[in-house]
Amino acid sequence: MFDANDKRRDIVNDPALSPAQKARYLSLEAENSLSYPQLGAATRSALDDRVICDMYEGNAPYKPRYVLPDYAVVLAQGSDWLELPVPQDLDEAISTLMIACHHTPSVTGMPVYLGAIDALLLPFCESVTDEDLYRKIKLFWRYLDRVLPDAFMHANIGPSDNRVARAILRVDAELQQIAPNLTLLYDPDISGEDLLALAADTIIACSKPHIANHPIHAATFDARGYGIVSCYNALPVGGGASTLVRLNLREVAARATDVADFLNRVLPDYMDRAFALMRARIDYLYNQSHFFDSFLVTEGWIDRDRFTAMYGVFAMAEAVDLLLDKAGQPGRYGHDDAANALGLRITEALAARVEAEPMANVWRGRAMLHSQAGLSTDTGLTPGIRIPYGSEPDPVTHVRALAPQHRHYASGVSEILTLDETIRANPAALVQLCKGALASGFREFTANVAGNDLVRVTGYMIRLSDVRRYEAAEGARTNTTALGAEAARKTAILCRKPRVVGHERHPGYGQ
Amino acid sequence: MSGIQATVSKILTFSCVDGPGNRLVLFLQGCNFACPGCHNPHTVGLCNDCGDCIPACPQGALSLVGGHIAFDPSACDQCDLCLRACPISANPMVQHLEVADVLALIRDNRAFLNGVTVSGGEATLQLKFVIALFTAIKSDPDLAGLSCFVDTNGHLGAEAWARLLPVTDGVMLDIKALSTDRHRALTGRGNAKSLASARIVQAAGKLYELRYLMVPGKNDQDDEIAALIGLVRALGDDLRVKLNAFQHHGVRGPARDWPKMSRDGIEATATRLRAAGLRKVVTPIVYL
Repeated sequence: MFDANDKRRDIVNDPALSPAQKARYLSLEAENSLSYPQLGAATRSALDDRVICDMYEGNAPYKPRYVLPDYAVVLAQGSDWLELPVPQDLDEAISTLMIACHHTPSVTGMPVYLGAIDALLLPFCESVTDEDLYRKIKLFWRYLDRVLPDAFMHANIGPSDNRVARAILRVDAELQQIAPNLTLLYDPDISGEDLLALAADTIIACSKPHIANHPIHAATFDARGYGIVSCYNALPVGGGASTLVRLNLREVAARATDVADFLNRVLPDYMDRAFALMRARIDYLYNQSHFFDSFLVTEGWIDRDRFTAMYGVFAMAEAVDLLLDKAGQPGRYGHDDAANALGLRITEALAARVEAEPMANVWRGRAMLHSQAGLSTDTGLTPGIRIPYGSEPDPVTHVRALAPQHRHYASGVSEILTLDETIRANPAALVQLCKGALASGFREFTANVAGNDLVRVTGYMIRLSDVRRYEAAEGARTNTTALGAEAARKTAILCRKPRVVGHERHPGYGQ
Repeated sequence: MSGIQATVSKILTFSCVDGPGNRLVLFLQGCNFACPGCHNPHTVGLCNDCGDCIPACPQGALSLVGGHIAFDPSACDQCDLCLRACPISANPMVQHLEVADVLALIRDNRAFLNGVTVSGGEATLQLKFVIALFTAIKSDPDLAGLSCFVDTNGHLGAEAWARLLPVTDGVMLDIKALSTDRHRALTGRGNAKSLASARIVQAAGKLYELRYLMVPGKNDQDDEIAALIGLVRALGDDLRVKLNAFQHHGVRGPARDWPKMSRDGIEATATRLRAAGLRKVVTPIVYL
């Protein structure tokens, strides 16, 4: 207990944390002083060895990892619980959304989803001029960044080309904020070239938005729709994901003698342990935490049947290279056809097993495969199925190396394509690269342009100037900067060619 | 297909600096200029199978087979030490490709491309191949949407342009200097053909960009810039003019002692060009 006490004292006295940030870390310490949901011995040991990982979601799952409320419900009905009337104009609609997202829980304690904002607000925009719309969006965006300063918070626009989407792109390029993160749902038959070109200009200005392959995502989900949240996670609207458990493929490969042993024995064994870990966490959430008694359910913002379980994997690159080494074969993941083919084989094996495993209290009764984008503590391990930092081939080769795997990662997969600054003079090249990537089956297109102060750490953005200030012990206003700084120190993210970042989130204080 | 082979120094499937949009670029080997300040000197010469590069390769990717250099791409790790060892600025890693080979590569990358650019070296030295390639692209329904561009020093006669231009969508033309003497000092040749090419290509409506590589003390004099303005104004104020800055990247020999062109120098010249009425003056995004 002495250690825990010390740690809590460190949190309380940390000169670099705000009171709210201290309260958040203290709450994590309190949750983690409770006992973990009951696990079998094999699962427990795999978790302790971090071959499987619970993303440090906490010992007592009292809220789903990601919640995607159907905000259209509160805009149409208001809320009895929150004593909100039905909004009548744009000001009231934005105000209602500001209140609603404040009540959306998630693993970070802050909302990860702000909704398909353009579709939500368009009905209120008829009598609003473009200039007024721009001004109101700008104030809304500033509020989000200042009051909910977490880069996992994600807004969606598209697939239609509309005034709100354009206003948001304009504001986003102008403000260069970390939050909210932004995805354009792009459908070549609906969105049009103009909107994509505008998005490309915005990417060049601030490395946002991501471009989601709307036709592929739409076909994966149902009529009620999906949202892109946090770090490129595709999840059902009106639900979300109860948990994300991930498999360290490199550690699994290290326990196998060769490719056949990996695919036939070791991988299925550890996959089963990850399923068991998910079940224990979901069981606690559904049967003990009383989360689903919330007004969010009774008022119809979310539905308890619409929460999936995300089956994450990472360190594919290291797993493939290790298995090739064991076989005495040359080749490096991302660069050689044989290595890329082995990656695809592993992905197919993962997908088949996830598809075959029934899960209780999970949307459609099956987990969804996910290419997990990393934690700030993943030293020497590459996020998801990505190609290791600093060794990425040119962006076209990069896309073609990984595109065949994308179709299997139904709940999200992302690569970060780093483009040098010369692309600023030629946005048409960025547009074509994006179109090529989506046509090749990429579920998500994300580009980082060297020279931007805003840089991606996996899916969330950090400001390089904030990292430098944090390192100088000045403190950071946004929660994710601390994670970004840790990721930058511990991993190779800032040496990415030329300097992309790729790590997701960090669980608690000082780890 | 045609059976004509190109000697290709390098192929890029992603380039955003060789014309509009993303382009597949073929760097063809061999050049008719001998610029001391060349940034890609290894594309100038043609291999004479001397074998001096073989011991320089740490991967053992080079050998002599039947008196000719043989290159094993699977062993190569792209360290480029062979290029430094070559005494005649050639490239032992060149590939010999037919039109059909290049078409296959373009088809394979079609979804990512806005067009194809042939560069060099001096692309027009392999004119027959370029014409055959562009003709084949234009006649293939799947590829016809791709624009075909040439990056050239313009040392090409009117008859050759008459054959090339009908299958070409855009030309990026380098003018190294306006005065003949300075041009000769920078390239080893006079500039009459290059200047005539600028007029021919512009008259055909296909001069996408005039490029001017500024080298301090060599072609940035007041009268030189005045002559550049005169040339562009005669061609049309809307012509896109790209000012490039001489840097040391890739440069060999005495030109490494030439000073680099500064951002300030480029920007001052750009300001002067714009003030003179040139409407599309482009400056580099990145200075090395």
